[in-house]
Amino acid sequence: MDFQHRQASHCESGVMSNLLRHHGLPLSEPMTFGLSSALSFAYLPIIKINGLPLVAYRMPPKAIIKGLQKPLGLKMRFETFRNPAAGVARLNELLDQGQLVGLQTSVFWLPYLPEDLRFHFNAHNVLAFGRDPASGDYLLSDPVAETTVTCAPADLQRARFAKGALAPKGLLYYPVGTPHMPDWPQVLPAAIRKTTRIMLDAPLPIIGVRGIRWLAKAIEKLDTGSGAAHSKLFIGQVVRMQEEIGTGGGGFRFIYASFLQEAADLLARPALGELAEQLIDIGDEWREFALATARMIRDRDPLQPPKLADKLRAIADREQAFFRDLRCAA
Amino acid sequence: MLDSEVPQEGNSTLGGHRKAMYARGADGKLHIVQSAGWEVEEIVTKQAVDDLLRLTENARQRVLAGQTSPLEYHMYRVRMDVPLLSQASGIWQWRIRRHFRPAVFAGLSASLLTTYADAMGMTVDQLKKAD
Repeated sequence: MDFQHRQASHCESGVMSNLLRHHGLPLSEPMTFGLSSALSFAYLPIIKINGLPLVAYRMPPKAIIKGLQKPLGLKMRFETFRNPAAGVARLNELLDQGQLVGLQTSVFWLPYLPEDLRFHFNAHNVLAFGRDPASGDYLLSDPVAETTVTCAPADLQRARFAKGALAPKGLLYYPVGTPHMPDWPQVLPAAIRKTTRIMLDAPLPIIGVRGIRWLAKAIEKLDTGSGAAHSKLFIGQVVRMQEEIGTGGGGFRFIYASFLQEAADLLARPALGELAEQLIDIGDEWREFALATARMIRDRDPLQPPKLADKLRAIADREQAFFRDLRCAA
Repeated sequence: MLDSEVPQEGNSTLGGHRKAMYARGADGKLHIVQSAGWEVEEIVTKQAVDDLLRLTENARQRVLAGQTSPLEYHMYRVRMDVPLLSQASGIWQWRIRRHFRPAVFAGLSASLLTTYADAMGMTVDQLKKAD
């Protein structure tokens, strides 16, 4: 198959950007991210990963794939399997037909990834575009990798059928029919308005701008005495979710700013471009928060959770003002 | 972030990979810049990895001292905890904790050992030893 791989910073938006380009619709990664209203913030103390609460800077997994269906008039077909053998057979059948297939996998079982980044995270997306005729290995396009990679069948099967939170159950997906260039003046304002709704009007206080303040409250209360090690793991987890796991920097704020710049050109609305500048500044502030946190983890600065909480509150205030302006501009 | 400010200081946890970041170019537009790594990311990733290594080593010492079974050691070695191993193996958490007792572990049936070994991607022989 003639497939062109392009590196992206986030797996799901990267997979969709590569998939759509293959089907004749060249959308950038930021466009797939913004058009599916994937930017968000959520602090979920009930969902624990290795005993630490989940912090997310984007909508839940599959939101991008599903969110692109309506604006692009695209139908995605999703298939999961109870029986791993059936899942493998179906993947092989689709690849033999020449389909480009999206897969949900667990990061831990993908041997081509660096050892230190392989945790039990089950919602990593890759594209399969063929098999090596000699070895039978799958040819994969992992959007966060610089080049295409190969993966042995046994490893890929394990990664597709890993258990635990967000278990993929062998999920594979592919488009039915061809995507069309959307009507920009209609779909872009709607997508932006949806993001402002998520950030400003979520009914739960742990989502959106209020979620950032809720997290600030939780960090403020962290123990600096005997429980300091656990406190450091907590704030370290927040930064990992913001920077390490493929967000393009600043917890997806830079990707979204790039989307706003594209939208400003497509709609000929310079106001959106000015707002993108503001969001870049906010992203830089998130990175300063990450830097301050890392210094405290390494004891270069004394551990002072209230200081980090104040930084988060300042970010929350700026994001609140920003998304209000964005709502007016859209 | 300007594209000249994208960190290139290296990050040992990336294993030589470079990741894509978005940064502002001279024309004011954001575009992808490859980053060799940021020390902040290295610190937080190392922190998480080191915590798991600490748990693994701690379990290994207790296996040698006869205080726990190799099952607990291997669970941490593959970066799992009891709730995750329970989901991966389909065995209740309280049973897993009971199997951490060396005497109970020694009497486990071959089929239970196979279930654990499959869930952690290893062989039964490897599972019986803590090395």
